[in-house]
Amino acid sequence: MTDTLERQTERMERIDAPGIAEADAAPPRAAGALTRIVIRSVSAASCTALFGAALAAIALTWVLYERVLPLSGALGFWMCTYLAFLLMYAGVSRTQVPGRVVVDRVVTVLVASAGLLVLAIVLDQIGYVVFRGWDAIRHENFVSQTMSLAGPLDPLTSGGMLHALVGSLEQMAIATVVSVPLGVFAALFLVEVGGPLARPVRTIVEAMTALPEIIAGLFIYAFVVLSLGIDQSGFAAALALTVMMIPIVTRSAEVILRLVPGGLREASYALGASQVRTVFTVVLPTARSGLATAVILAMARAVGETSPVLLTAGFTSGMNADPFSGPQVSLPLYIYSYVRFPQPTMVARAFGAGLALMVMVLVLFALARLVGGKTPGELSKRQMRRMQRVSGPAVESRAVTTDPQLSEG
Amino acid sequence: MTSPATSPLESFLAAPVEVDDDVPRPITSARSRADKAFRGALRSAGGAVLVITGLIALFLVLRATSAFRKAGFSFFTTKTWIPAANRFGISTLLPNGVIIAAIALVIAVPVALATAIFVSEYAPHRLRRPLIALVDLMAAVPSIIYGLWGVFFLQPRIIGTARWLSEHVAFIPLFKVRGFHSPSSFTSSTFIGGVVVSLMVIPIIASISREVFSRAPIGEREAAYALGASRWGMVRTVVLPYGRGGMIGAIMLGFGRAMGETIALALILSPTYGLAWHLFENSGNSIAVTIALRYQESTPDMLSALMAAGLVLFVITLIVNALASVVVSRSRSGMQTD
Repeated sequence: MTDTLERQTERMERIDAPGIAEADAAPPRAAGALTRIVIRSVSAASCTALFGAALAAIALTWVLYERVLPLSGALGFWMCTYLAFLLMYAGVSRTQVPGRVVVDRVVTVLVASAGLLVLAIVLDQIGYVVFRGWDAIRHENFVSQTMSLAGPLDPLTSGGMLHALVGSLEQMAIATVVSVPLGVFAALFLVEVGGPLARPVRTIVEAMTALPEIIAGLFIYAFVVLSLGIDQSGFAAALALTVMMIPIVTRSAEVILRLVPGGLREASYALGASQVRTVFTVVLPTARSGLATAVILAMARAVGETSPVLLTAGFTSGMNADPFSGPQVSLPLYIYSYVRFPQPTMVARAFGAGLALMVMVLVLFALARLVGGKTPGELSKRQMRRMQRVSGPAVESRAVTTDPQLSEG
Repeated sequence: MTSPATSPLESFLAAPVEVDDDVPRPITSARSRADKAFRGALRSAGGAVLVITGLIALFLVLRATSAFRKAGFSFFTTKTWIPAANRFGISTLLPNGVIIAAIALVIAVPVALATAIFVSEYAPHRLRRPLIALVDLMAAVPSIIYGLWGVFFLQPRIIGTARWLSEHVAFIPLFKVRGFHSPSSFTSSTFIGGVVVSLMVIPIIASISREVFSRAPIGEREAAYALGASRWGMVRTVVLPYGRGGMIGAIMLGFGRAMGETIALALILSPTYGLAWHLFENSGNSIAVTIALRYQESTPDMLSALMAAGLVLFVITLIVNALASVVVSRSRSGMQTD
């Protein structure tokens, strides 16, 4: 029984990696026998090796780490388990398959666990913020009151984050209104105009995308607050966010606009359209979905930024709905200020605001996936129906075929 | 004029042949006024980006001059940060920031590259888009959330490991913790800061290198398989060499991001002004953290000192990021050869 199983896996692995078959002396088999080539195969033996090694590693590490050796800490435990698992998996695999396939298997486990680690971290961050933030946010007053009447020692049933929520939304709106036209125009410049100025602009835009956020705050503080004499306010904070957003919008809009098929532009020019008309009636509508995604993702970045706002918004515990005068607090700033209080209720409030912020980012992110994710020229179902209604069913076959240029992007 | 008796053909043949008339007509026509204005508007939007960058540099320089004048060259050699006593400098702030960035890269580079390889080469096809969205989401998590998570979730769980390393591997000076060991002597360390920053750097490196990896030419992949390579053999001999430029650029961008990280570190670190090369002690600092923690005590002199530090950070990150983007774009353009 085991013998046949082993031989079966051996054959499968050999098909998996044909080069090895010749290196190792193959068992006598009828020459010219046709076997179906299976590129990727999951066999009982390889699964057993994987799960067996995992179980053995957990058991061994538990005995050594928790019982025998004087060690503690969850992180250390899982790191030791992982190491033991890799060694065991490699050892067990070595008894089943030749060396190069063992390397391939171990690498597969390594890269897959990196993917799992990323997934675990993101889920853990979201889950932890939800877990800690629920305490504060389940009280109705937390979303309907400000902190003007609540002190650090008050229970969670008084005080809230309404003023920070309003501030965040207003600052994000102002920053979007200023930065999106400028960013999209700069991207249009890079794609539609070009010329000798395009190369330095592109390099600077890419460099500015990763600009330290605190520099944006410092710049607006030096320029707007100190030199122009406008006080710390929601508007100054929005300007700092604008400085951050412009390069982000420009860069992602440029990537999208580049995917607009050149044939569409040429068709428009051939009909005698001017460049303005081509851009506004052909290029931008074609890229609409991608541009919306780019803008929404940039908004998600901006709403979560703390350091530009830290220097420019000032701080208030009361409501200030007017972004142009007086300090205006936003969610990240609210979190940053209150998490440093020693009182547990203040920390709970910070986590409550953190949950609200996380929800905003997630909603924006989901929205971006919803409206976007389509390459320029790819039609949604609704657009397709409309097109059929307008020009009859004959258009269907043409609408479905994608432009060959698109698939390259 | 020809006589009416001759046919049109004859008159055509009799006409002198004009050779010089064969000038090609201009292909481009003059642009309309609306087009000119439009292109002007686009050009000025592009120029505005350069102007903003220039303004940042200009205003930081303007505000920093008085600090530079006061401190002179000692700005680059002084360890402490006491602007009131006119003793301030970046000789430990800058290296400490580099140490944090280095820890972050040591952790982030293997994980991010492995994630990129997993997403572009190993993951099942229908999982690919969700995984890309996941990496994007990790980049979209605000840094204040990373800070909260680092202080309240990660720190209690990492202390045990830090303590074990500092007690058993202390012959490596990096891991040594001086003084009496209590659990609180391992909190707020450069190491924990580096770990949290590494999580922020992972999505940047992963998304750029994934993009580069997925463009490795299909023909050479198939050639590698045809020669009998296993999947890893194909990745090692085709995908990785092909994406080398992109990887280097991605790592540089990650370094720039790590150098500029502010808020998460401001929550985690407990600022000290010595060189933080005992990684597990309460320590750590960087230019960005100093600016975030100290801007409030702003007499004009102190502010000017912070502006000077910010200018140094700005120049360093701008240079690193610009170099990185050149490296990445060069590797991209070299790839369009198939």
